[in-house]
Amino acid sequence: MLRLPTFTFHRPKTAAEAVRIKCDHGNEAMYVAGGTDLYPNMKRRQQTPTHVVSLGEIGELRSIDVRKDGGVSLGAMVLLSQIEAHPYLRQHYPAFVHAVAEISTPLLRNMGTIGGNLLLDTRCTYYDQTHEWRESIDFCMKKDGAICWVAPGSPRCWAVQSSDTVPVVCALEATVDLVGPQGARSLVAGELYRDDGIQYLTKKPEELLTRLHLPAPGGWQASYVKLRRRGTFDFPVLGVGACLWMSGKTITKANVRLGGAGSYAIPAAETEKALVGRELTDEVIAAAGALAMKPARTMDNTDLDVYWRRKVAPVYVARALQACR
Amino acid sequence: MTDPGKVLATFFVNGERHECAFAPHKTLLEVLREDLQLTGTKHGCELGECGACTVQIDGVPVLSCLVVALEAVGKQIRTVEGLADGPTLHPLQETFADLGAAQCGYCTPGVLMTAEALLRRDRCPSRDTIKQCLAGNLCRCTGYLKIFEAVELAAARLRGEPAEPRKETIHGS
Repeated sequence: MLRLPTFTFHRPKTAAEAVRIKCDHGNEAMYVAGGTDLYPNMKRRQQTPTHVVSLGEIGELRSIDVRKDGGVSLGAMVLLSQIEAHPYLRQHYPAFVHAVAEISTPLLRNMGTIGGNLLLDTRCTYYDQTHEWRESIDFCMKKDGAICWVAPGSPRCWAVQSSDTVPVVCALEATVDLVGPQGARSLVAGELYRDDGIQYLTKKPEELLTRLHLPAPGGWQASYVKLRRRGTFDFPVLGVGACLWMSGKTITKANVRLGGAGSYAIPAAETEKALVGRELTDEVIAAAGALAMKPARTMDNTDLDVYWRRKVAPVYVARALQACR
Repeated sequence: MTDPGKVLATFFVNGERHECAFAPHKTLLEVLREDLQLTGTKHGCELGECGACTVQIDGVPVLSCLVVALEAVGKQIRTVEGLADGPTLHPLQETFADLGAAQCGYCTPGVLMTAEALLRRDRCPSRDTIKQCLAGNLCRCTGYLKIFEAVELAAARLRGEPAEPRKETIHGS
């Protein structure tokens, strides 16, 4: 049986109290929201906190608020299934809701939270395995070892950004609130992530992600397109989040992010450049899509063939752009 | 804060109070099976990938292998043992038996708990809705077809329709 290692379980009532407990125990402590990422990782001994700080009792993290400007602020503990069912979000943020509905299965969406999905641990064939499996080939650098088994000559870890919401949230330029011992601060979502499989977040470990703010609807169109083996369950092998700002029919600004193709949601910069100032015709979509092959840095550490995944990046980017029409 | 060692807590399972002492890092699945002897709920992958351990907490189906038991204290837990009404099977249990929707039976308790929650919120689910809803419950025997048919038949019976299984389902075509 795969059992959780022993730990002390904390259930603070406020965000400030949660941060204090985390600071008291330093690296020995981790926050847990829905637990659908952390607990499997703990069972496989990939993450081994001896103090687990549950956010389940913190009421302030559970609200969905429509702001005066029409934008929406979501508490980190809002369940993914709540987002799927929320009429206002469904009407005004279909791409974001679609990305949420593509996450795993209905059962896991009844447990998983938006905060947890935004901070999902990076994934890799050589990392998401039991302790015994990893020990048998010697541990990798992301946990307990020194080598990267995907690229043994590499000084860095190539574990993959695997959250469905991150590419969309980054493309939308949503913002997140963090609360730490020094107080609160806000970040544009894209600035929360780094291109490294181990240190994939820029936030300090003790900082608690409390809210996600979606920009007011209007003037932009967004989409999310996902590639995976099965129609459900699987993490994205490629997840394209796109957001286009339009003036009439002309694109004034474009954000296209490639999830599942590297350790962070990679901006398809050339694609974005090729879109600005143009109308979204079939030719423009095809040309802009073709430019997305280069930034897709697929490695042989997720499902499906590595070269094929790179080859289909233009196809999926084109589909994401079509969905913005 | 709860220190390692055992903690004493009261669970409400299938409408009954259960007081028990357990290690605080145990999952709800482990407490149900090992401390409350409710072994109807199955442990499968224990990583949230198979759905065999599905139970309902406050009416919502969740994976008990990924719920720390302490988080379920004070909430209404429902397991497959709570599905029948005394000696009367739940319509889902009846149709699963009649249609052969349970073969080895290991996934069945989880499937039943997910399907029961669906039928409470949707009296007339489409085949596609049923498929989507059960997407988190793996079955390696049936090929799912009889599971879908059993859910549809139970839904019809719960609506009060005198529905019978299709002949082809029982006898083959």
